[in-house]
Amino acid sequence: MALNIVVCAKQVPDTKRITGEAMKDDGTVNRGALPAIFNPEDLNALETALEIRDQHGGTVTVVTMGPPAACELLRESYYRGADRCILITDRRAAASDTLATSYILSCAVKKIGADLVLCGRQAIDGDTAQVGPQLAEKLNFALVTYLEELIDVTDKTLRLRRNIGAGWEDVTTKLPALVTVMETANHPRPYASKRLMKYKNARSEGEIAGQVKAECADESEIAKRCEALKSKGLLIESWNLDDIEADLNWCGMSGSPTKVHRIQSVVLTGGEYHEIDPSDDGIGQFVGELIQEHTIG
Amino acid sequence: MIEKNTQGEVWVFAEQEEGKLSDVPLELLSKGRELADTLKVPLGAMLLGHLVSSQAAKLIAHGADKVYVVNDERLGHYQTTSYTAGICSLITEHKPQIVLFGATAIGRDLAPTIASKMKCGLTADCTDLQIGDHEDKSAGKTYENLMYQIRPAFGGNIIATIVNPERWPQMATVREGVMPMSESDESRKGQVVEFNPNFNGLSLPMELHEIRRRPKKVNLKAARIIVAGGAGVGSKDNFKQLWDLAHCLGGAVAGSRAAVDLGYIDHDHQVGQTGTTVRPALYIAVGISGAVQHRAGMQESAKILAINEDRDAPIFGIAHYGIVGDLNDVVPRLTKAIRGGMSVKTTH
Repeated sequence: MALNIVVCAKQVPDTKRITGEAMKDDGTVNRGALPAIFNPEDLNALETALEIRDQHGGTVTVVTMGPPAACELLRESYYRGADRCILITDRRAAASDTLATSYILSCAVKKIGADLVLCGRQAIDGDTAQVGPQLAEKLNFALVTYLEELIDVTDKTLRLRRNIGAGWEDVTTKLPALVTVMETANHPRPYASKRLMKYKNARSEGEIAGQVKAECADESEIAKRCEALKSKGLLIESWNLDDIEADLNWCGMSGSPTKVHRIQSVVLTGGEYHEIDPSDDGIGQFVGELIQEHTIG
Repeated sequence: MIEKNTQGEVWVFAEQEEGKLSDVPLELLSKGRELADTLKVPLGAMLLGHLVSSQAAKLIAHGADKVYVVNDERLGHYQTTSYTAGICSLITEHKPQIVLFGATAIGRDLAPTIASKMKCGLTADCTDLQIGDHEDKSAGKTYENLMYQIRPAFGGNIIATIVNPERWPQMATVREGVMPMSESDESRKGQVVEFNPNFNGLSLPMELHEIRRRPKKVNLKAARIIVAGGAGVGSKDNFKQLWDLAHCLGGAVAGSRAAVDLGYIDHDHQVGQTGTTVRPALYIAVGISGAVQHRAGMQESAKILAINEDRDAPIFGIAHYGIVGDLNDVVPRLTKAIRGGMSVKTTH
């Protein structure tokens, strides 16, 4: 009953380490100043996939959408045990909101072919938890959110316990399904040292191109080096939007219904102390300030 | 996607479990009422379930002009498939301009699925919603009266305002406990509309074996605003003023160890070294001296307001704001100012 499992993962800025230095003058966060990490709950999704495969056979394919640097996440997936890793990279996919992102991922999953798709519940940069459910809808898969414990797997069903906030549910779902995984579901395995030794040299075509450019070498080197990596099984597949036959109207800016109207940076308090006059006026003015700066209201 | 309809209603999803409404839809109605009044359109509530129409009266008392009731056995226990089908037919039929959901376990499962099916925008976990104009400079277009969807992002380091100019309805999920709930008014009149979503042939992919609900404890960690009291509050009776203050802020109530030991509040609410550690956006410490054990549990709050009679209390050393005075004067004044401030904001 070997299942074809696809894990969707995202490389995210480590938002827990934002300091004033990582903020630009216009109030936006300078992503470049933050370390990029494997989104924590996506690691739990990968672990769930690997456990199912180790017990029942099948394949685990990790897909991520991002710039060439996101290949680091794919190498980490190989170190942990993924069978196949694919980078979706295309400038035309930039500025995609959750709807456009889920559309693009759905095109990739359809090309790969999956019985089960696993995603982390949410990513720590946006915390929206929207891509999982939207991808399930685009694929017309059954959606099961908030996996906490996998109970049983057959070739047609999954039985699991899902967290419903104040309690849990024990459910069986039909396959094909998309399941979002909580941090509490498992402990992601460490890197396997043999796999680390093998896959640390894995590169995508985009990364190779970057290297060749940096060395000012001839462009014909790119194809040559890619071919050499491919023969060793170390070329990370990368697909653009044409490869997955995505309709460009539903990708990137044009595929994203939500637009940013304004970004305000939250003012970090400097430990200053202000004494408020206990009169109606003093308190009224203070409350006005708190409302203005979105602390309350 | 539906046709843009500037006369469309404002809708909220009336989440219920086992036939009972939680506080979330009532909070949504209070915010939805403001938006609907600004836009001069009716406020509707979507009530889906099996034999739940008796809850319609409560939704009307809390501000709904219309309650759309969808009654079906397959809506008895929440399932993404049946709820999505029901709500998408409602939206297609009645073309609301705004649809709001609570950012609950159910709301965060349902709303994105609906947005995907309707191919419209959705903003998660909003902490405020307003009506305003938006200029799209690259397209040289100005949009009037869009819903501003305001939310923290990047671990709370920025506040983003999102709009959805073209592909309607404009949808958002709203954090629990952030929007203050309006008072119930039993004399309000509203209309109940029964809706048949045509579920013929709809099959559900999920089978439920067992469900366990934990009695809901206070979740201090999730609270954006906390009002905490200490021994200085003086009595359980005085503590009620803290509950009033927290309620109008959509915040949670907590206590120091001393307040718990004195029986002013239950242990679940204790903040400090032996209780819960919290990092809210605003921590209001009332009658708390600020012993190191208490400070350990709250000193990373983004903003701390201390209210104490004793000017030398250590709590003032870590507070950003202080009010020196009798809490029996100060707390009611603060509550009144917040109620007033919020209503001013909604009429601007």
